[in-house]
Amino acid sequence: MENYVIEMLNITKRFPGIIANDNITLQLRKGEIHALLGENGAGKSTLMSVLFGLYQAEEGEIRKNGQRVDIRDPNDANALGIGMVHQHFKLVENFTVLENIILGVEPNKMGFINKNVAREKVMEISQKYGLSINPDALIEDITVGMQQRVEILKMLYRDNEILIFDEPTAVLTPQEITELLQIMRGFANEGKSILFITHKLNEIMEVADRCSVLRKGKYIGTVDIKDTSKEALSKMMVGRDITFKVEKKEMEAGDVVLSVRNLSVFSTLHKKDAVKNVSFDIRSGEIVCLAGIDGNGQSEFVYALTGLEKSTSGSIHLCGQDITKASIRQRSIAGLSHIPEDRHKHGLVLDYKLDENLVLQRYWQNDFQNRGFIKFDAVREYADYLIDKYDIRSSQGAETIVRSMSGGNQQKAIIGREIDKDHQLLVAVQPTRGLDVGAIEYIHSQLVAMRDSGKAVFLVSFELDEVMNLSDRILVMYEGEIVGEFKPKETNVQELGLYMSGAKRDTAKENVHGRE
Amino acid sequence: MEGNNSPSKNKFNINQFLKKIGFGSFVSALMAIILGLVFGYLVMLIANPNSATAGFRYILFGGLQRKGDVFYFATPIIMTGLSVGFAMKMGLFNIGASGQYTMGMFFALYVGFMWDLPDGIHWIVAILAGMIGGIIWGLIPGVFKALLNVNEVITSIMFNYIGMFLVDMLIQGNGTMYDPIRTRTNYLPGSSLIPSLGITGSNVNFGIVFAVIIGVILFIILQKTTFGYELKATGHNKFASEYAGMKGKTNIILTMAIAGALSGFGGAFAILSPSGIAGSSMTYEPINIISQAGFNGIAVALLGNSHPIGTIFSAIFISHIQRGGTLTSLVGYKPEIIDVVIAVIIYFSSFSMIMSSYLGKFLTRIIKHTDKDDNSNNAKEA
Repeated sequence: MENYVIEMLNITKRFPGIIANDNITLQLRKGEIHALLGENGAGKSTLMSVLFGLYQAEEGEIRKNGQRVDIRDPNDANALGIGMVHQHFKLVENFTVLENIILGVEPNKMGFINKNVAREKVMEISQKYGLSINPDALIEDITVGMQQRVEILKMLYRDNEILIFDEPTAVLTPQEITELLQIMRGFANEGKSILFITHKLNEIMEVADRCSVLRKGKYIGTVDIKDTSKEALSKMMVGRDITFKVEKKEMEAGDVVLSVRNLSVFSTLHKKDAVKNVSFDIRSGEIVCLAGIDGNGQSEFVYALTGLEKSTSGSIHLCGQDITKASIRQRSIAGLSHIPEDRHKHGLVLDYKLDENLVLQRYWQNDFQNRGFIKFDAVREYADYLIDKYDIRSSQGAETIVRSMSGGNQQKAIIGREIDKDHQLLVAVQPTRGLDVGAIEYIHSQLVAMRDSGKAVFLVSFELDEVMNLSDRILVMYEGEIVGEFKPKETNVQELGLYMSGAKRDTAKENVHGRE
Repeated sequence: MEGNNSPSKNKFNINQFLKKIGFGSFVSALMAIILGLVFGYLVMLIANPNSATAGFRYILFGGLQRKGDVFYFATPIIMTGLSVGFAMKMGLFNIGASGQYTMGMFFALYVGFMWDLPDGIHWIVAILAGMIGGIIWGLIPGVFKALLNVNEVITSIMFNYIGMFLVDMLIQGNGTMYDPIRTRTNYLPGSSLIPSLGITGSNVNFGIVFAVIIGVILFIILQKTTFGYELKATGHNKFASEYAGMKGKTNIILTMAIAGALSGFGGAFAILSPSGIAGSSMTYEPINIISQAGFNGIAVALLGNSHPIGTIFSAIFISHIQRGGTLTSLVGYKPEIIDVVIAVIIYFSSFSMIMSSYLGKFLTRIIKHTDKDDNSNNAKEA
């Protein structure tokens, strides 16, 4: 009989219409790094939310050191020494680092916060684990990597012994990832127990001791990392063999489709230029990828390119036509398709039916309206065609309210809509974010098919694997500037990481468009 | 989650059918009404236990004795309700329906008194003038919102005051329109009055017919046209509508102008009305109070879930219990009691969504329970 610090036994959690966790057992040893692997929607986050008290399981029990415990909310979890770094940080943007760390457990004297006591403790922890921070910096001013460090310090400040990391590496550069994994290793050596949620196999192989795999809400198994391989894990996760490489033939670049010159975009949020003097070209039959860490001006650049925001200076030409000041509709007519970063905010009207969403870019065309009256039959017919062609699955076909569809199928709907529309350039921003491996494979193949059919593809991605696999050319953006241009075959993830974090930049390549 | 791809097209699905006709919002409106009435009855019991039942009966059925008045008083709040509901579909809160209503009424009055037009044309022009007055008062907050991003709620509240004081000032300064002895407007010339529907003892006129027709037209615009598609898309998700290249600013201005026109019609329908006494007409008393019609319109639109047809019915219902409510004074109640009941109904209907989802959960639980019971019975038998 082994001693486990945390045991989740036969946990079952149901949501309307779906069993998110079906009889799952997870046992965490003291001082180990235990990876939790699974595709999106496999139930990892739900399981961790049950452990953290955000959800209550319908069946099963949680034990700490063999004692049954009841975790009703995150405060209970905290009292038991369970801490969690969420995928999306829970920080107060305009508070300082120190204020965020002590939030909720402020040391006080008769209601007055005693910050000096707090500061001492925070600095002590920070030195002990090598997590250097500036306690007086505002959260909104520090990098994402630093913000994550604040989240980790929050757990340590509360003397948590069981640390849950929910996809912590998604927002980090390769260098920061290495650092984080080392820090995690250090915690484990200290005797803290770590649950590490991820779908990145490399990281699991590097740092974890054991790994539990979930698939579609079911428990598949737990393996010792030293006895397994990346391939075996991925097979457990997906249930079939998958290819890590995207198949694609040599690029046949044609004419210039998109030409951006000296483009600058002002960010009203940060009161400075978010995009500075960016120039490059994209040719037909080419996938150009904009790599970089989230928040370095990629979103603003895409907004300016697609017309959602105005640029302050510079020009954009699409197929020779000046679209710098064109409206979104004019750009769309000129041949621009856009798979937006946030499918819920921009891409879909969630309370509209699927067929209404599938004509969102085309409802005004004569195919779908006559003197201002929508031709609902034509809309339905076209929607059924797209649903069939792009395998968009939903409970009631074209009638389905999009809000009720799964993320993968919502994304398929957007992709089908944007690809099927007449276009020369496809702007795809994080098209695979939050999707499972199967859907990612499918979307990648669609993007490559587009390129092979002679369209230009502009891909913005934070996933370096995706960048390396898909692109014909890589541009790295750092603080609103393009700091390097690469061919994927002539570079590697480490080099890109240096550029992405601003540690290196090409001054020689400042005029990127000057080539050829 | 990912079920089969083809919907069962030919199979009659009661749930989908009910959803289609807006059953959910109907049920929640109904529940709000019932709860409001129950609460109102309780208040009446506390206020005067002896005549509570008699008074409550007046509220429920009193309106039936005065059908003409029910429809006459429903007309302006149908229009302001449509106005508020239409803007709501776009995600705009038109709290300025009162000001638009008042301006519409003033424009209609002005044409009625000051323009000399032949019979049969005069009242039509007066109605159209009312529409224009409303458009102006809706358009301005719309322009401010679209071009300068000034919150339409703030602008239209201010425009309620500006409109009301302006109209009161202009009317009092006009010798033809204003009778300083009775401190009211004079009776309008007969040619400017909307033809009566001929129900004796009431003011009801063709305005109610126009109001219903306008409601149906709005329904068609919202359901069948690209403009309606854009409008609702913007209301649901303005970012997505922007992404799809819809002209958000133009649509905001247009929507507010239409909303203003609807309220303006309301003002015209209300004032261009023959009253029960032959040779007289409805009059307006400039007493520096913002017209209630706009606020009642908000209530009506809420109860009708911003749906044009729903709004027509909810306006008629509100008007019905209002008329009935005035009769409660016969058994010793103050007429304010009916305002309490209406306020409670609106209060409940404003969280109608929560109510209908609770109701849905409640129903599914009952169904599940019976299922479980069946299963456990079966198990026992086995």
